[in-house]
Amino acid sequence: MQRPNMMIPRGMSRRHFMKHLAGASAMTLPALSLTRSLELHADELKKNHKSAILLWMGGGPSTMDMWDLKPGAATGGPFKPISTSGDVQICEHLPQIAKNMHHLAVIRSMSTQEADHGRGRYYMHTGYVPNPNMEHPSYGSVISHELMDGRSDLAIPPFVSVGGSSVGPGFLGMAYAPFVVNSNGNIKNLKMGKDGDRLAKRMAALNLIETGFIRQNRGTAGADHAKVLDKTLSLMTSEQMKAFKVREEKTELQERYGNNNFGRGCLMARRLVEAGVPFVEVDLGGWDNHSNIFPTLQDNKLPVVDQAMSALIEDLEQRERLDDTAIIWMGEFSRTPRINGNTGRDHWARSWSVVLGGAGMKGGIAVGATNADGTRVETDPYTSQDIMATVCRALGISLETTFTSKSGRPMKIANGGKVVTELFS
Amino acid sequence: MYPMLMGQRLNQISVVCVACALLTGVSLADVGRTAQGVASDFGFPQVAEINQHLRQGWKDSEVSPSPAATNGEFCRRVFLDLVGRIPSEDELSAYLNDKKPGKQKRLLQRLIYDSNYRIEFARHWSTIWTNVLIGRSGGTEQNSVVNRAGMQKYLRDCFARNKPYDRMVYELISATGTNAPGSPEFNGAVNFLCGKLEEEAAQATAKTSQIFLGLQVQCTQCHNHPFNEWKQNQYWQMNSFFRQTRTLRRFERGTRDVRFVELTNQDFGGEDRPIDPETARVYYELRNGKLEAALPVFVDGTPIDVSGYLEDVNRRDELAKLILQSEYMPKAIVNRMWSHFLGYGFTKPIDDMGPHNRPVHPELLEYLAGELQKNSFDLRQLMLWIALSEPYSLSSRTSSRNAMDDPQLGEPPQFSHFYVRQMTAEQLYESLLLASGAAKTQGDYDEQQKTRDKWLQQFTIAFGTDEGDETTTFDGTITQTLMMFNGELIKQAISGKPGSFLHETMHDSRSRYAGKIQRLFFASLARRATQSELKMTQQLLASYSGDENKALEDIWWALLNSNQFILNH
Repeated sequence: MQRPNMMIPRGMSRRHFMKHLAGASAMTLPALSLTRSLELHADELKKNHKSAILLWMGGGPSTMDMWDLKPGAATGGPFKPISTSGDVQICEHLPQIAKNMHHLAVIRSMSTQEADHGRGRYYMHTGYVPNPNMEHPSYGSVISHELMDGRSDLAIPPFVSVGGSSVGPGFLGMAYAPFVVNSNGNIKNLKMGKDGDRLAKRMAALNLIETGFIRQNRGTAGADHAKVLDKTLSLMTSEQMKAFKVREEKTELQERYGNNNFGRGCLMARRLVEAGVPFVEVDLGGWDNHSNIFPTLQDNKLPVVDQAMSALIEDLEQRERLDDTAIIWMGEFSRTPRINGNTGRDHWARSWSVVLGGAGMKGGIAVGATNADGTRVETDPYTSQDIMATVCRALGISLETTFTSKSGRPMKIANGGKVVTELFS
Repeated sequence: MYPMLMGQRLNQISVVCVACALLTGVSLADVGRTAQGVASDFGFPQVAEINQHLRQGWKDSEVSPSPAATNGEFCRRVFLDLVGRIPSEDELSAYLNDKKPGKQKRLLQRLIYDSNYRIEFARHWSTIWTNVLIGRSGGTEQNSVVNRAGMQKYLRDCFARNKPYDRMVYELISATGTNAPGSPEFNGAVNFLCGKLEEEAAQATAKTSQIFLGLQVQCTQCHNHPFNEWKQNQYWQMNSFFRQTRTLRRFERGTRDVRFVELTNQDFGGEDRPIDPETARVYYELRNGKLEAALPVFVDGTPIDVSGYLEDVNRRDELAKLILQSEYMPKAIVNRMWSHFLGYGFTKPIDDMGPHNRPVHPELLEYLAGELQKNSFDLRQLMLWIALSEPYSLSSRTSSRNAMDDPQLGEPPQFSHFYVRQMTAEQLYESLLLASGAAKTQGDYDEQQKTRDKWLQQFTIAFGTDEGDETTTFDGTITQTLMMFNGELIKQAISGKPGSFLHETMHDSRSRYAGKIQRLFFASLARRATQSELKMTQQLLASYSGDENKALEDIWWALLNSNQFILNH
């Protein structure tokens, strides 16, 4: 398979910059730590790079109107189920996803506790309930941390969040913070507008001032900042940044994904994982449908998801990346099986669905089940931790991995979640 | 920039003095402490009380406090925390050159009371409170029912006139009127509640409790809280106070563009059918699906008249009065203010107080709350007490004997050293304006505010939920670093254009290259360059074959980008 040019970070500007850096170091300054990553002379990234794409549905999507329909129930809503390419039925307003359903599995027995937006977002992103004394790293931070081995040439931050800000890196530190971009692919302030010589000299001066402060034992903030400087510099001088340029894709493909932020975000996600980025999150908000839910879903939300998500699966498959890329579709919780007085649904965490696919996970199936009106799960309940464990397994990350928080507390990856084994039979 | 630019000689004297102050005044020891090493109370019994509690805490937890911060560090800190920007070169020199005892108190009083700082002081505190009350994104969207400028205007007046805190709280909770400056019956205070009344006033209930009482009740909307003592019925009793409140949108003629919003009170019929305004109940669902009724009862159990008729009782007004009388309100504001200056509050988070979350120094918290009440809720007094206290004066450098005092590790804070923290986006903006000299050239107040809000907006991302949750990407990430490396404001600062500080330094005919370098270090970091830094700047100059301006530009860029600049330390 021919790999696109952008995968090979032999960018002229980087080489060029290296020369200037050599010039700047004639200023007999302490060696810049950034030189290490720049000197690494890999002509291509490791072949085996797995990635994950999280499609984050902010606000809490009503999964019983999408993935686990209850056509018989009084509160099942107006949507009808349709058959798919897999052994599972989904909503009639997701026809293109239905054609790709053999790649996706619906976990229908999610049961969680957090039905507040902030708490739910945190919990579903980390596997931990919020705790004022501890900032847990989000999935994106954890997975990018684990998959960074052999990708030292990756200049793009390992965790990119498109169109939303995700959840932070906690004790893993700013190096694994989400790099938040919008879906148009223009990274703000990327260029200094000065030649490489100037940039190198400024960096050398900055490095000296920076280091002086770090040596004064004032906590970790100073050193954290220095690390980010390093990363910023390699970003500014890298050819890999092309990966963000979704507009360079063929028009037909752009249209296939959808001419909207989420569509472009999904297309960017594909380009980014191709460039070796281990974790990309693409956000689609607007699911907090306390009122008027059905027209909103039918006319607005579902078509956008249907188009972009199906395009992403087909595109990854065509490029032979689907087996290396895990796709996770979820929100912070779901919505009440009951329909409220404003024809909306309110927050509901007790019984809902998450969708997984790619990276070797078995598709075309539904795992677990809810009761007739969707108010209860009838099989073993799954949690945020279990989804995380499952994705780790698919990506080849050991579930024995243990982190040590800043306070020295050992924390197991995925917070001890159990793998959804049906996806690996 | 120097205060006494009258002649070359005089100016040289001032430079020498700055140097002296920097070299000799490394510690506050000679001015801030008595010979016995006891921290001064500057004549405030409240300061003495804080110092005594903290000292005891250090003894009990076996940590040693860091030495005092340098004069430069202290001055920088005070400016950032009180007026929201770093000190100018002049302001810093003036402080360092003051050799009389008690200069900390004089500096603080100047920033708090002097009319020269009134605008900046009010802007800084109204910025903080705008973010507290309506978030960083409140009122920034098109057709929002919240008017950000209206909120800011109200708060600016509060802080410029030193409105007692209890009065401000009363007004925010009970406000009626319209929300946009210039609209008939304008009352900016209404903006606190304008965007919080949807979904049966869920946000009004949650935020009022959180901000003014330090109580987190939002989880109890749907169930009794598993970790704290709040019960679901208390949430709905609290919620009942807001049910006479309505927002009315007024549109631009012939369009659906919101011109302004009116917050008003109306009779509430209750949720019984048929309605029963004389006992206007709300209903909520228990986890088992059963319905329960609630009437307005304050969190401490005090009920009010159950009628929904305004002529019988104005529920919001009653709530405001109950909050003012409650024991929670003074503690919540003391905790918030303490956290503002010291980096952490007595509880973490500051707005989740109660028996489930024991504060460090509970007696001190209680004491300060009592003192604030005795002093007519004068926030300026509280600021003085905290900023003059020993913990606030300490260096952020740690030693082996207090490095373990690190709240980031989950330990309760002992405040045995100053906790280094990122400037807020707003502090950084104002500091960069000062550093670029652009502050002088901008338009009137409203224009400045607009430019500033636009700049700040790039860091705020709303989550798109009904609750207006948001986060800010201003957190030391690559995005922010790119902005600091290459953004407009930095370009302006290092452009060396006439009127900018860099231009002034470049053309300072009284200083040679090394002197100019020192001015840059002093103005940005409140300290002089070290030997190795000076050596580096000489090498840089040589690499440009003696082109001073190029080298100064690079150094200025590096200084403004350094950790030391963007951290409040």
